[in-house]
Amino acid sequence: MKKNSQMPGKTNWPVTILLILGCITIFFPLYMAVIIAFKKPSEMTNDIAGALSLPSSWSFSNFTEAMKVTDFWNSLGNSLLITIVTVVLAILIHSIAGYAIGRNMANSKFYKFSYLYIVSGMFVPFAILMMPLVKQTSQMGIGNRVGVIVLYVVFYMPMNLLLYSGYLKNIPMALEEAAKVDGASTWKTYWSIVFPIMKPMHATVAVLTALGTWNDVMTPLVMMSGTGKNTLPLAQLNFQTQFGTNYNLAFASYLLALIPIVIFYLVCQKQILNGVVNGAVK
Amino acid sequence: MKGNERKRTFMLITIPVLILFFAFNTLPLIKGFIYSFTNFKGYGSYEWVGLRNYIDLFQDARVGKSYLFTFKFAIVATIIVNVISLILALGLNSKIRAKSALRGIYFIPNVLGGLVVGYIFSFIFTYILPTIGENLGIGFLKSSMLASTKSAWFAIVIVAAWQAIAMNTIIYISGLQTVPEDVYEAGAIDGATGWSKFKNLTFPLIIPFFTINMVLCMKNFLMVFDQIMSLTKGGPAQSTESISYLIYRNGMDGGQFGFQSANAVLFFVVIVAISVFQLTFMNKKEEQL
Repeated sequence: MKKNSQMPGKTNWPVTILLILGCITIFFPLYMAVIIAFKKPSEMTNDIAGALSLPSSWSFSNFTEAMKVTDFWNSLGNSLLITIVTVVLAILIHSIAGYAIGRNMANSKFYKFSYLYIVSGMFVPFAILMMPLVKQTSQMGIGNRVGVIVLYVVFYMPMNLLLYSGYLKNIPMALEEAAKVDGASTWKTYWSIVFPIMKPMHATVAVLTALGTWNDVMTPLVMMSGTGKNTLPLAQLNFQTQFGTNYNLAFASYLLALIPIVIFYLVCQKQILNGVVNGAVK
Repeated sequence: MKGNERKRTFMLITIPVLILFFAFNTLPLIKGFIYSFTNFKGYGSYEWVGLRNYIDLFQDARVGKSYLFTFKFAIVATIIVNVISLILALGLNSKIRAKSALRGIYFIPNVLGGLVVGYIFSFIFTYILPTIGENLGIGFLKSSMLASTKSAWFAIVIVAAWQAIAMNTIIYISGLQTVPEDVYEAGAIDGATGWSKFKNLTFPLIIPFFTINMVLCMKNFLMVFDQIMSLTKGGPAQSTESISYLIYRNGMDGGQFGFQSANAVLFFVVIVAISVFQLTFMNKKEEQL
């Protein structure tokens, strides 16, 4: 990492302190959410202390209640299922598409066209596809979790194709050619040689696709309404009315919805930051 | 022989992928375009109405209002986010203690879901800020920002910015890291410090990152949906209905499938036009430097 300062070795304390103070803007909403989630409704007095002082006792009863009300485990299961299957399919399908298209783009009009055709899909807003897609998927009988996954695989294709084919430009053909001389088929060469080399890009694709699908509201909202199934964000939306004015219950539910992704972030912080930067800069 | 095998394999991979993409991206796009010439309600029978939906679009007050709101929101949010992110990135890239911890903390808002973040902020706007306003006697804080047609849009800007700043800061930091040390050394000899150092040395070198952030920000903010859903549901008095939200609301439930399809087509054209404009405009700027 490069250091950009004219005075090497000397800590810039004013900036450090300002940045630490600035963290309040990040932590305040989260602190408030935790505090309210642990309180009883009777502790919510009408002043600042009512919302921000520590609860008289740390009880998990709001959380168990919220789990029941929002059908937490099923929603979590659906979110996990959709995200994991989407990420796996994205890595398998988008990487091989990136390989087939990326390797032939330079000397074939067909592949060049395929590339531009798919990548230009990045500019199509979901709002225009939404209504026809809901009709189309319900006619096909996949107006459910399967449909959501199929749509994600298609929606993330432009970005991931761009990433994979960009990454392949830096991988020399020599390795593949050596395998070809040994008589391996293109298919086999891909899975045994090219696919493992693209590991750093798989991480980037996994992070970007996972963050996007995990937090998405609009696609499951229009695709899964009426199926009785929820993803975690969708459950918050659908059960919002049931919380009524019981903010303690509501905030316990919000926290439950945030906890999985926060844990994921704490564990994979480095990969996530790298992934996001790689994805955006490419 | 081998060459044929390679070609055939590539073809067998590419064609299904193209079919999949066509079926779930291009086909619905075409269908949406076709529906935009009908008076389809989303169910039952429908008739062709020619260009009437498009003519009506430009006379519909609610649609006009949603475009005004969405643009006001997107432009203000893009400016605020980029200014703050750039300042944060400069801070986080300078000689500070606990650098990686601080960077990690400032990125947290980006991984949280927009809907839930919206609900949490909704409580702050409705209860915390008015109470603070009461106690300190700050007039404009006394009532909820979300309840007034004048301020609700800005409450949404705050929430959207809170999340987007995280992402843009990280991109600016990676931009700042591409600036080589000797540029600053050379600048220091010429006496470049503070603002002039930033304006003449740092900023020109990170313009590509500025371009990415402007384009990403603008595009994402124009499609704003989650925050509207959790903060205002388009209210008060439809003052915060974004284009995406209006298409969802009236197209899916409001019996305006055909009319909102026309709206969606217009929205698509606007997004493409803005992205293309930003990219070419910024490219020209980059070449000049």
